[in-house]
Amino acid sequence: MMGGTSGLDQLDELYESIILDHYRNPRHTDLLDSPDIDVEANNPFCGDEVHIQLELDGDAVSGVSVSGQGCAISQSSASLLAEMLKGKSASEALEFVTLVRRMMRGDELTEDEKDRLGDILALEGVKRFPVRIKCALLSWTALEDALSENVGAGS
Amino acid sequence: MVLDVQKIRADFPILQRKIGEMPLVYLDNAATSQKPQQVIDAITDYYTRYNANVHRGVHTMSIEATEAYEDARAKVAKFIGAPNPESVVWTRNISESINLVAYAWGDANVRAGDEIVVTAMEHHSGIVPWQQLASRTGAELKIIPRTEDGRLDMEAASKLISPKTKIVTAVHMSSVLGTINDVKALGKLAHDNGALILVDAAQSAPHMPLSVEDLDCDFLGFSAHKMLGPTGIGVLYGRPELLDAMQPWMFGGDMILTVSYEQATWNDLPYKFEAGTPNIADAIATGVAVEYLAALGMDNVLAHEEELTGYALERFAELERVQVMGPTDTENRGGIISFNHDTIHPHDLGTALDRMGIAIRTGHHCAMPLIRSYDVVAAARASFYIYNTPDEVDTLIEGIKETEGYFLK
Repeated sequence: MMGGTSGLDQLDELYESIILDHYRNPRHTDLLDSPDIDVEANNPFCGDEVHIQLELDGDAVSGVSVSGQGCAISQSSASLLAEMLKGKSASEALEFVTLVRRMMRGDELTEDEKDRLGDILALEGVKRFPVRIKCALLSWTALEDALSENVGAGS
Repeated sequence: MVLDVQKIRADFPILQRKIGEMPLVYLDNAATSQKPQQVIDAITDYYTRYNANVHRGVHTMSIEATEAYEDARAKVAKFIGAPNPESVVWTRNISESINLVAYAWGDANVRAGDEIVVTAMEHHSGIVPWQQLASRTGAELKIIPRTEDGRLDMEAASKLISPKTKIVTAVHMSSVLGTINDVKALGKLAHDNGALILVDAAQSAPHMPLSVEDLDCDFLGFSAHKMLGPTGIGVLYGRPELLDAMQPWMFGGDMILTVSYEQATWNDLPYKFEAGTPNIADAIATGVAVEYLAALGMDNVLAHEEELTGYALERFAELERVQVMGPTDTENRGGIISFNHDTIHPHDLGTALDRMGIAIRTGHHCAMPLIRSYDVVAAARASFYIYNTPDEVDTLIEGIKETEGYFLK
């Protein structure tokens, strides 16, 4: 299937096994009954769509639903985002968005930051495919917009 | 094969390049074609030997540049069967050609209550300028629907085009479905109702014989870069008496006859519509491009692509999980094949094929409403030209199979 002469073996740097796993089996996709935050985002240029719902307990994220349709990068990234969110406070989640953005920009990350990213570090290879970065960031940008509004409204 | 493809390929230096380790298989011709050495040389030759402004000055190089620029216009006029070179206006691309008509003709002739008719297959450039004209004037935009099998619904067209219609815009070959539309019949419907027709020939002029006289169209536009020419230059053909009656839409140098501080009078056709120093080098190179195509014979170009498309459709039928959009036979169909995999997103497919050296288009192909009418938000698209081979079709099909293996293992 992936012969030595094929260019497809190079695909692994983009589609790491963690990404393909999240793409095939996205996490936390069940819709919530009474979300406090409900946001949809899409990229009309490629048709990627994500739908993020959050339940908040005070400042902490107590319930998460992330679903959508689109390419492997956008959907696995959204699933990784869902896993990250649980138990985080809104401000911690926003810090995480900043960290993911820095990773995509190709910033040098500390070992501590890499540890914090955990599985999300699998998305790092996307930075070498510039046209796909917007796929990876779609859900993170949507989360940032939703949380910033919410944090802003609460203060 | 009707064309000597190996000989043609030798004229295109870019076809020698590799993408990573893999030889380039260029199947994104509907987006832009590659350029033969002759076209590249024409640009270099102008800047190296006789770079000068046109239509002014009496020095040798200015005269040479003007002659080459106007000679290119004459070649294009001949290529599309225009009655004279003055009916051929240089634009930046077909988008500008359509905008020129929407502003210069539309604003003067379209009123509230009038109707503008376009087809469901238009590129965004065949929709948005008319939406804007409609909102400026209070006119209404009507859409000729497509049939299930990716053709235009001509029966619906005959009802939609009415005495209220002022202008019809129709894409000659769909950039998504490959369908070749009967624009001559649409033109007759338009004329029978006292309306005009503008033909979007962006995908047809590069790939099939075309004559504005035979089509009996009022306006026709295309971009040079999809037909071996450079980017940044396009054409608007207009019926001379229509162009003559139209006011210019851009003002400046070259388009005037006389200027005082109070007023100005307009230059003759086609200069009235070519304000400022034009894109001289690329116009000259466009003349070389259409000469190259004319030497191959547009009948041969069409036959070559029909053969490739037929073979490709046959091979696509092997892919059980891939759905081809548009007509599934080569009858009135050009070499554009849009398709979707039932699981793999077009962008993942496009990235995977790129790793194999295969360039295809992915996305909405600048025809969002048409793509959406197929209940998808994006598609992959392979499109052929004179230098493509059946072997490259095989590479594409095997590439899709290999991608299935990668994502669906």
